[in-house]
Amino acid sequence: MTRDTNTAGSIHVGGADVRAPRSRSPFRQVISALLHDKLALVGILLVLVFILAAVLAPLIAPQNPYDLSQLDILDGRLPPGSQSMNGMVYLIGTDHQGRDLLSAILYGLRTSILVGISSAAIALVIGASIGLMSAYAGGRLDAFLMRVVDIQLSFPAILIALIFLAILGQGVDKIILALIVTQWAYYARTIRGSALVERKRAYVDAARSMALPDRRILFRHILPNCLPPLIVVATMRVAYAIMLEATLSFLGIGLPVTEPSLGLLISNGFEYLLSGDYWISFFPGLILLLLIVAINLIGDSLRDILNPRREG
Amino acid sequence: MSGYLLSRSIQTVLTLLVMSVLVFAGLYLVGNPVDVLLSSTATPTERLEVIRSFGLDKPVWEQYWLFLTRALSGDLGNSFVFNQPALKLILNRMPATLELAFVALVIGLVFGIPLGVYAGLKPKSLVSKSVMTFSILGFSLPTFWIGLVMVMLFSVQLGWLPASGRGDTVPVFGVPVSLFTLDGLSHLLLPALNLALFKISLIIRLTRAGVIETMQLDFVRFARAKGLPERRIVTVHVLKNTLIPLITVIGLELGSLIAFAVVTETIFAWPGMGKLIIDAIAVLDRPVILAYLMITVVMFSVINLLVDILYSIVDPRVRLEGNS
Repeated sequence: MTRDTNTAGSIHVGGADVRAPRSRSPFRQVISALLHDKLALVGILLVLVFILAAVLAPLIAPQNPYDLSQLDILDGRLPPGSQSMNGMVYLIGTDHQGRDLLSAILYGLRTSILVGISSAAIALVIGASIGLMSAYAGGRLDAFLMRVVDIQLSFPAILIALIFLAILGQGVDKIILALIVTQWAYYARTIRGSALVERKRAYVDAARSMALPDRRILFRHILPNCLPPLIVVATMRVAYAIMLEATLSFLGIGLPVTEPSLGLLISNGFEYLLSGDYWISFFPGLILLLLIVAINLIGDSLRDILNPRREG
Repeated sequence: MSGYLLSRSIQTVLTLLVMSVLVFAGLYLVGNPVDVLLSSTATPTERLEVIRSFGLDKPVWEQYWLFLTRALSGDLGNSFVFNQPALKLILNRMPATLELAFVALVIGLVFGIPLGVYAGLKPKSLVSKSVMTFSILGFSLPTFWIGLVMVMLFSVQLGWLPASGRGDTVPVFGVPVSLFTLDGLSHLLLPALNLALFKISLIIRLTRAGVIETMQLDFVRFARAKGLPERRIVTVHVLKNTLIPLITVIGLELGSLIAFAVVTETIFAWPGMGKLIIDAIAVLDRPVILAYLMITVVMFSVINLLVDILYSIVDPRVRLEGNS
């Protein structure tokens, strides 16, 4: 694989690269630079904990919040630390249906992370392919695609998602679809920008002169060199997708009640907020906030690492 | 310039057409609004009558054509629920939303620009670092959750500010405005602050990045060499070059504030058009959804156009082109 020495080659890892000349793969360099940034490290640890909690939710949750036989409506809206009839302690209280809030949060985290990551990943693949094609083809196709991107980006994501969900209705698959529709354009524009720069570089000329097929040049030569900015955008977009999903679910047009994400949990507690039962909304929101902050911390650090021009 | 305006107008009309076709077809496929309109005890004859009276028995293209021809004469159909013109419903609610968005934008600028300039001039200072940490937090705080926390804190616990509604308004040129009454202001403060929080962070980051970039340019070095006082360099030369690009952002952000007002309006029961669309989506009130979409497309296109024109005025290097 032809590799240019632009972004990845110029990373300084503050002393860590003294003894490691053999493992200079760009991926390792980025990881090691990330681990040396304290804030990013906090972000990574938090995200890992959240993902682990989400994956293991059925095993570690004190109760299955969607198994009606385990719920007791008499336990509804108990404050944090209360004890139920059968001796179980509700660490952070219960919601209006008597669900253990901690369990509900663990299950909600599953849905939120699933929706956020899958929508961002699919949007990345679609957006990156379109952007790459647009940059490589140039001309009319490029002008047309970028006009579509421009027009779409001039509308706030929430508006597009709103209209889309008004048409589609509720459901995990539908919200993922709506999030893909709102996000692909960001990736398309990002990768087109860097692909236009990369296309003019010498290594592409070299590959062309070797009569390599277009597809190979695109995906094996240009694409890898366009990845750094794309990764930064993707990280931030995952956070945004999770936030948008929560917002839409809060508005009652995202996920159905049967598959509550963190946003829906917060929405459930909204009614009881004014009567002082703060915990039903507060704790799911806190977890959501921590998750988003953690991802953004990683994204922020990645941007500084992958963009050597930016200081501070 | 006129060529530019023409091409932009054509683009807006095209966007409107495409969007309306997509949404119309989509809403048609989703389901029958009759089910929402009728009570479960309705007889089949009543059902047929309702279907006919709303024109739902015609084929979809004919319904669309009817919608289109009527839309051209300013009639976007009657709301299924309120049985009033959808356009009127939305226009009645629009001032409340615009007021909220404008006030939020002003709050964003008043806090965002000074903090951003400071963080850009002294990137290493402790204050700047806390400002930047705050901005990450502001970026990550879900608007709706922080709105709830605000209600909890300032309305429920402290009882300082009202939790919902718009309060007293004073008509200004026939449009109700709540900026000039104490009651109106007290109702406006929390929702506006809630909506502005995300924008403050964004403006801080953009201003800071702009200041840092501009400070490294040659003309700043030249101004220093000339012996100009630092304050003059910052307030005149740097600020001017930083703020001009911000115009584009502010325009886009005004649009996004109007869209995100949906969330804030839901939390604070603010009687704007965002609350209206959410309710309309819940009951599949087709005409209102379509009308809302049409109005926002026009509104956003106008905002974007104004921003482009304004930009070309303040920055003569930018030329507006008719075809691109």
